[in-house]
Amino acid sequence: MAYFRVEKLVKKFGGLTAVNEVTFDVEKGEIFGLIGPNGSGKTTTFNMISGVYPPTSGKVVYGDREIQGMKSHRICHLGVGRTFQVVKPLGRMTVLDNVIAASFSRVNSMSEARSHALKTVEFCGLAPVQGILAKSLPIAGRKRLEIARAMATRPDLLLLDETAAGLNPSELVEAIDLIQKIRANGTTIIIIEHIMHVIMTISDRIHAINFGQTIAEGTPKEVAANQAVIEAYLGTDYA
Amino acid sequence: MKKNLYPLVLLAVLALLPLAVKSNYFLHLMILFLLWVVIGSSWNVLAGFTGQVSFGHAAFFGVGAYTAGLLFQHLQVSPWWGMALGGVVAVLIGLPFGAICFPLRGAYFALASLALGEGIRHVATIAENFTGGMMGIMIMPTFISKVPYYYISLALAVLSVVSIQLVIGAKPGYYFVSIREDQDAAASLGINTTLYKNVSLSISAFWTGMAGALYMNYMGFIDPHVVFSLHDYSVMAILVAIVGGVGTIYGPTVGAFIMVAFQEFFRTGFFGLFEYLGHKTGSSAVSVVGEAVQHAHVLGFGILVIVVILYLPNGVVGDWEKIKRNVFRISPAKEGV
Amino acid sequence: MDVFLQTLVAGVLKGGLYALIGIGMTLIMGVMGIINLAHGQLMMLAMYVTFVLNTMGVDPYISLFVAMPLLFLLGVVIQKFLLNPLIKVETILPENQVLMTVGIGMVLTELARFAFSSDYKYITTDYANQTFYLGNISFSVALTIAFVVALTFTAAMFWFLLKTDLGRSIRATAQDKDAATLMGVNTGRITVVTFGLGSALVAAAGCLLAPVYYIFPDLGGPFTAKAFIITILGGLGSTVGAIFGGVTLGLAESMGATYFGMEYEDIVGLTIFILVLLFLPGGFKRLTKV
Repeated sequence: MAYFRVEKLVKKFGGLTAVNEVTFDVEKGEIFGLIGPNGSGKTTTFNMISGVYPPTSGKVVYGDREIQGMKSHRICHLGVGRTFQVVKPLGRMTVLDNVIAASFSRVNSMSEARSHALKTVEFCGLAPVQGILAKSLPIAGRKRLEIARAMATRPDLLLLDETAAGLNPSELVEAIDLIQKIRANGTTIIIIEHIMHVIMTISDRIHAINFGQTIAEGTPKEVAANQAVIEAYLGTDYA
Repeated sequence: MKKNLYPLVLLAVLALLPLAVKSNYFLHLMILFLLWVVIGSSWNVLAGFTGQVSFGHAAFFGVGAYTAGLLFQHLQVSPWWGMALGGVVAVLIGLPFGAICFPLRGAYFALASLALGEGIRHVATIAENFTGGMMGIMIMPTFISKVPYYYISLALAVLSVVSIQLVIGAKPGYYFVSIREDQDAAASLGINTTLYKNVSLSISAFWTGMAGALYMNYMGFIDPHVVFSLHDYSVMAILVAIVGGVGTIYGPTVGAFIMVAFQEFFRTGFFGLFEYLGHKTGSSAVSVVGEAVQHAHVLGFGILVIVVILYLPNGVVGDWEKIKRNVFRISPAKEGV
Repeated sequence: MDVFLQTLVAGVLKGGLYALIGIGMTLIMGVMGIINLAHGQLMMLAMYVTFVLNTMGVDPYISLFVAMPLLFLLGVVIQKFLLNPLIKVETILPENQVLMTVGIGMVLTELARFAFSSDYKYITTDYANQTFYLGNISFSVALTIAFVVALTFTAAMFWFLLKTDLGRSIRATAQDKDAATLMGVNTGRITVVTFGLGSALVAAAGCLLAPVYYIFPDLGGPFTAKAFIITILGGLGSTVGAIFGGVTLGLAESMGATYFGMEYEDIVGLTIFILVLLFLPGGFKRLTKV
């Protein structure tokens, strides 16, 4: 039994099939990359896994439990955390309060939530800005806050959706560091990323999709050399 | 601790007030003020903190009032039991409403709540056999003096504000605000948004319902037109919270004071100024204007709504910095980040 | 059977008038996303204009030509100075513009009360209160005229929205304000014009209604409620929908009055509103998206 499995996931929006029978397994402790051109169905897959909407058909199996169709908050309680591609800061709350709100998913008292949040903020490198309103953060800070919030829910499996987009080179280095720190801490990660440098560097394995369908899976090196992948990103001329 | 100093001082003043002030008129105004502290603060829980703006809180107020009145009228039970049950019945009305209307986003939820208030008003008017229809309900007030009612109102106000403060400062408060800021993010953080919206609604309906029951006991007479009034209760509740400051604990208290004073200001023609001037100058024109001003308090309200929304959208407490800068010409010591 | 047909006719005729009220509001709601809770009050003002002109001997149907431009201007002023500024105001509660229209409605009502007192006013005409007969069914002259005029205006609105540049700009702004701006549409001006148009349309409804209804300051509220029900029934921003909604409401009220009793008229509207919220997929689904 795999640690986490997505089996023949399908999502149709009216006449459009956004995700078409995507299947993959994720091993415990790995960083599993999900790549594909814009509109290929990556975020839709995440949305089905995290309960934003149910799949049209197919299964999401976490451990011994099928979680497709469950509500987001329940999935969070089961140990699956996620960040959003378009960041969703709780704008009029401070950074620390954002993380405190997330911490309450695991503890109930104010003091426990606060100390847990402080540790998480420290871990994610947000301590210098913890008193600032989330809406005042620049994009790098907001992306980091997304991760910190998700981490505060103590996920065993973390879904990262394009956390590196919009970051400058030094911010990218810090982001990669943080992600590796999170994995070292024991969290399994599935990461969607467009920036090839990031995903090729940190992923153990990569799954590539295009037009909602699997086109390749393997180690970063294998996938990078794959004909279909090159075609999808660069067009047939480069294949 | 400093944060709690002002409210404690205020509480001490309010507790001792009837010893110093004997005027019934003034006590009446204070009771109104305290009722609005309760209604405004509870509206604020659902709207200011959780972001679900209700235009129909009169529904909860009126239902609380009618609970007290009907208990007496049909079951000959003391209407004071209405105080206990008024809040509960209001919650029982609120929950199905929430179940149906919470999926509506933004302004459409506001309109659905408006429909709730108006709908219950119509039902109360038509169901004559049960509610007495337009004849309303009349009961004999228990106390002749206003002082007991004052202290009961004060107790209700303190209970509501303190309990709301305790809730907001803990897990529910964080969850409410998260829902307000971004529902989808909140759900991904493990927040059962449906559950907490209903919790917020229940708290909000409960205290407003109790205020309604107290009103029944105090005034002795209610009818659908009065207690379910869109402008006098639903809109007024919004004004109290907005003028004072939504999303703050003590904003509605400040707002209640301002609004009750404002209303009285108009109703008495600037506290009798016009009448005085009319006598002094012997000019009838002044008296006519004064009379017009007295009738114009609703007009004044309308203008106040417009002005507050345009210039002080976060209320006196919320926009306090802005007020300090523009009205008192106090500049900030340094520009913040 | 005759009673049924009579009720049907009365309902449809009233429905035409309601459609006119609804079109104004659905335009405003569709284009700006503004819920105008002062819509009925604007109509009330138009009715008072008609009343004043009537005391000077002007026929109510001629008043259309005065009331409509007047209310158009008022609508423009309201949108430009009171509603447009709200788009930039940063607050916790996004429902400020709804509350603003409530405030505007209150001010308009009280100003009318100040000028005219709360007494019911009437408009008298020679012909408007008469009825004519087709077979056994009586048709109210006033309502029939209203129906015909309403239909004319509706057709004119269609033509305007589909065939003119301004109309197309309005529809573009309704669909996607930012995209429209990028295409060179002055959306600030469009919102102002649209509110003016919506006000003018509901003013027309007021003039048409004045001969057969009594005029008093507080009639704004109930008619705003009706306008909203019509708009929700028909779908936001849909002029066809407003017609459908208006006729439906007219018929429902008519049936309710005939078969249940006069006092149930308002409950009918509210019941429809609740039923739409619960069961009408099109309208309801639109409302659940941000």
